[in-house]
This record gives sequence, C-alpha cells and structure tokens, in this order.
Amino acid sequence: MTLLLTVGIAALIVALAIWTIVARDTMAAVIGFATFGLILTLAWVRLFGVDIALTEAAIGGGLTGALLIGAAAHLRKTEIAAHADRVGMSTRICAALLSASVTVVLVFCVLALPDPAPTLASQVAANIAVTEVGNPITAVLLAFRAMDTMLEAIVLVFALIGVWSLAPDNAWGGRPGLRHSADPNGILAYLARVLPPIGIIVGLYIFWVGADHPGGKFQGATIIAAMWLLVIMAGLADAPPISRKWLRIGLAGGPLAFIAVGAYGAFAAGAFLAYPVGFAKPLIIVIELALMPTLALVLALMLLGAPQRAIK
Amino acid sequence: MTDATLFGLCAAVLIGLGLFGLIVHPQPLRKILAFNVVGSGVFLLLGAIARRGAGSGFGGDPVPQALLITGIVVAFSATALAVALLLRLHDVAGSVTLSSDAPKVVPDAGDH
Repeated sequence: MTLLLTVGIAALIVALAIWTIVARDTMAAVIGFATFGLILTLAWVRLFGVDIALTEAAIGGGLTGALLIGAAAHLRKTEIAAHADRVGMSTRICAALLSASVTVVLVFCVLALPDPAPTLASQVAANIAVTEVGNPITAVLLAFRAMDTMLEAIVLVFALIGVWSLAPDNAWGGRPGLRHSADPNGILAYLARVLPPIGIIVGLYIFWVGADHPGGKFQGATIIAAMWLLVIMAGLADAPPISRKWLRIGLAGGPLAFIAVGAYGAFAAGAFLAYPVGFAKPLIIVIELALMPTLALVLALMLLGAPQRAIK
Repeated sequence: MTDATLFGLCAAVLIGLGLFGLIVHPQPLRKILAFNVVGSGVFLLLGAIARRGAGSGFGGDPVPQALLITGIVVAFSATALAVALLLRLHDVAGSVTLSSDAPKVVPDAGDH
C-alpha cells in the first residue's frame, strides 16, 4: 500500500517534469514547475526528510516558482521571436540520446549503491547531546557543519549584490521592480492585510521550534520574506530603495555575527566556529537570531530583482 | 524495491529530462527551468542516498539532509541571479536570444 503511494508520487513527479520540458508555452511550463516543486515536497516526506520538505515547499516550490512566473510574464512578448531559433531534428536526436545515456548510467549507479549503506547517523547520534539541540539537522547545520551555513549566508549576500549590480545607471541604489498596485477592495489587498500577522507568527514559530523538531531559520525566514513580498505585491507597501542604511545593516549583520561567533570560538575553544562546552546552545541561538532578519531580507530582495526606479 | 531506490530512479529520469530540455530549448528562461529540473533531480538522488543511511533512531542520515537544505537555498539564489541577468539582457537588447547572429547592442545615452 505504501509502495503504491511512493510509486504514485514518483510517477506524478516525472509527469510534471515532462510537462515542464515539453510544454510549448513558457508560462504553462513555469506553472508546471511550481507544481512540480510542491509534489516534490511529498517525496521528501516519504524519504523522512521533513526539514527538506519544508525548505522545498517554501523555497523550491514557492519562491522559485514566484520568481520564474514573474520572469515569464515579463518576457511574454519575446516568445514568438524565440521560435525562429528552434533547434533542428538532428540536435534533438543527439540531445535525446545523451540524456537517455546519462539516465541509464545513473540508474545503474542507483541500483549498484553499496548495501550496508555508509552513514554518519551514528556519529551524529553520539555527539548530538553536547550541542543541546534535539533536531539532528539543526545540530549538523549549526554545530557540526556550521562553516557551511556561514559560507551559505555569505554566498546569498554575494548573489544579492550580483543581482543589484545589474541596475541601470540611472536607477543605481533605487527601488527594485515596478510599483505594484492592486484593487484596494480586491481579494489580493484583503489577503495582504489579513495573512501577514499570521504568517509572521508561523514563521517565528517554525524558526524557534527548529531546535528540537523539524523547522529552522531557513524555513521561518522564507515565510516572513513571503509575507513581506505579499504586502509589496498588493501595493500596500513599496519596495525600499536598496541604498537605505537599515537594509544594508540588516544584510551585513547576520554574516558578521556568524563570523564574530566563529572568532570567539577560535579564541575560547581552540578552533574557528568551535563552541566552548556548555555554551553551544546560547551561541547557536545568537547565530540564528542574527541570521533570521538577514535571510528574510536576502530572500525577499532577490525575488524583487535589480533596482528599476531611481530614488527621487 | 524500497522507497529510496524508487526515488533514486525517479531522480535519474529527472536529470535526463532536464538535460534534454537544457539542450533543446532556445529560450534562456526554458534553459533555466530545465537546469532547475536537473537540480531537483540531483537533490532527490542525494535524498534517496540519505534515506538509505538511516540508523541510530533517525529516519535518514542527517548530514546529507543538512547539505540538501543548503543546496536548495543556494540553487534558488543561483536561479535568482540567472533570471536577473536574463531580464537585464531583455531590457538592454530588446530580445532574449543566445544565438551569435543577434543584432549587436547599441549603447545609447539613456539607459545604461
């Protein structure tokens, strides 16, 4: 019975992926991709990765889908011109053969995976008590592999700087995107008034509960970013100019706090990002509190894109 | 045929499909979409491997699962940067084509 469920989810995922690739209209393909991300969430739950399911639903399905739908809407007029560039049949056949051979090689690899599967679960279980965190994934992200998380936060800020660098000269330091407007009596404006308080509470809860249960700062920050984006898209608030000081301080604060904790660890426990015994939980909380606003700001601003309007 | 193996095979198919889409579609946005399908396939494959490493009371090996969370977030940021580049190309050149005989961009005083 449960195998049937798994087969069903896998078949649905493959069907949506096929739709995303072969659909003629780009908007249809993008919407198929957003749905694909959401069904993939079910696959993660079947694979006992509930934290990953939360992240996939929020970022993979939600934010990436919104980003691509916005881009597809913006590029609608170029669809017809693109048909002139279509590849010939011989390229298609070569591409199909290449893809099929890659798939076959990967199928062989999957079927040949070693049978007592090598795992680090026992090492995590042996050392998790010291970190005073109950969720093993949070322990890995913020204690055992904290360096990866720090570099990830820095990479996100770099990507945002890359997006900002694409501003036209006259809009440098200005507001991202165009001013959105929605019918003030319509459902979007209503939703943007009613949902954000609930969404912020849910986001903070998911952030806080991530210490011992599935959740964490990435998922929580995404929900808070989504609430801010909803308010902006309904026209109830405007995107801030990116040269504002509070924005810049919020973005730099998270990674700087993380580096500061790492330096403190080098000083007090002998290695960068090491935690002195008994200080693991407080330091983890400091890092998470500093990183939450940075992540929410980064994720929302990356979706809003490069500045388009100069500040007057 | 366990769940993990089944999703591993599904992931292999996703990677192949995404690779096909990446080569065949002329529009850059479709290429970005196909690249995301490849990325989702790679993540699903690592997730299946993590599931096989279950033990010590955990449903899956926590280390690859934590790496996957990092991967999904970084993949979103790469997609955001790619889309921003694409939209800038559209604003500057008026069309989105990667072909080499596209009309050259004429710098003019107003926009850039």
